[in-house]
Amino acid sequence: MSENTLTAGRMSKTGAWLHYFANPGRFLRFVRPALPWAAAVSMALTVAGLVWGYVFAPADWEQGDAARIMYVHVPAAWVAMSGYAMLAGVSFFSVVWRHPLADLAAEEIGPVGAGFTFVCLVSGSLWGKPMWGAYWVWDARLTSVLVLFFLYLGHIALIRAFDNPAHGYRAAAILALVGAINLPIIVFSVQWWNTLHQGNTISVSGGAKIYITMLYPLLVATLGFYLSFLTLVCARMCAAIMERRTRTLLVAAAERGA
Amino acid sequence: MKYAGFIDGSYGVTVVFLLGIGWLTFARYRRAAKRLRAVETR
Repeated sequence: MSENTLTAGRMSKTGAWLHYFANPGRFLRFVRPALPWAAAVSMALTVAGLVWGYVFAPADWEQGDAARIMYVHVPAAWVAMSGYAMLAGVSFFSVVWRHPLADLAAEEIGPVGAGFTFVCLVSGSLWGKPMWGAYWVWDARLTSVLVLFFLYLGHIALIRAFDNPAHGYRAAAILALVGAINLPIIVFSVQWWNTLHQGNTISVSGGAKIYITMLYPLLVATLGFYLSFLTLVCARMCAAIMERRTRTLLVAAAERGA
Repeated sequence: MKYAGFIDGSYGVTVVFLLGIGWLTFARYRRAAKRLRAVETR
């Protein structure tokens, strides 16, 4: 029986394909060649979205030019939340199957997600001052996003807080899973409470409430931010795998020499 | 442009973050690849 047939047989089992692609060596072989292309496309889309929003998109009839902040704020917010959902997903994979690639993904998603959350908070604050007259209000949406930022920081700290890295990964995975409860709170905060923050302008069920001349640059910037996030996380994961392999080879060489 | 300071600040923070994390990631990736190549060919 050929190796391909054997692999296909193994892959047909439930969840086996996850383990097949979660192998660090295989991940490196699949992802490394795609990284330069992914980086180029994500950079092009991000630049196009930001320039379109900053220069060419029309000013809002009510908010004027301040609405241009939306083209960085909204994509950053979506990526921050999706990044945390991804973090919770890989944490679940780590807790259930104890796969090292899931731990590695969680470790690399944390700082990138925290960065996007920071951008979301700062840009939102800079929009709030001219529109609301305050940089910050303890509104349900703002507060829950601030909690998301602290969850990211807690995850980053917890993963590095133990002498035994396995303990750090386990504790951080549990924090990520428990913290996932914050995601629906962020999404529905504008419906559950009377918030100063405006309601959802774009939703999967309700469509978009903004005109296409503003929607298109927003979608391009969002696609660029999502691709940038994925490219950054994958590049950091590849770097981490290579660092571990280097360490293993050096230790093996030292043991041989001893 | 009205509110130029706030708009420029938002875009500035975003661009600095994206360039910063992009550069740090690229530098780490290149260093890791270079070190692995050196160890493998030793």
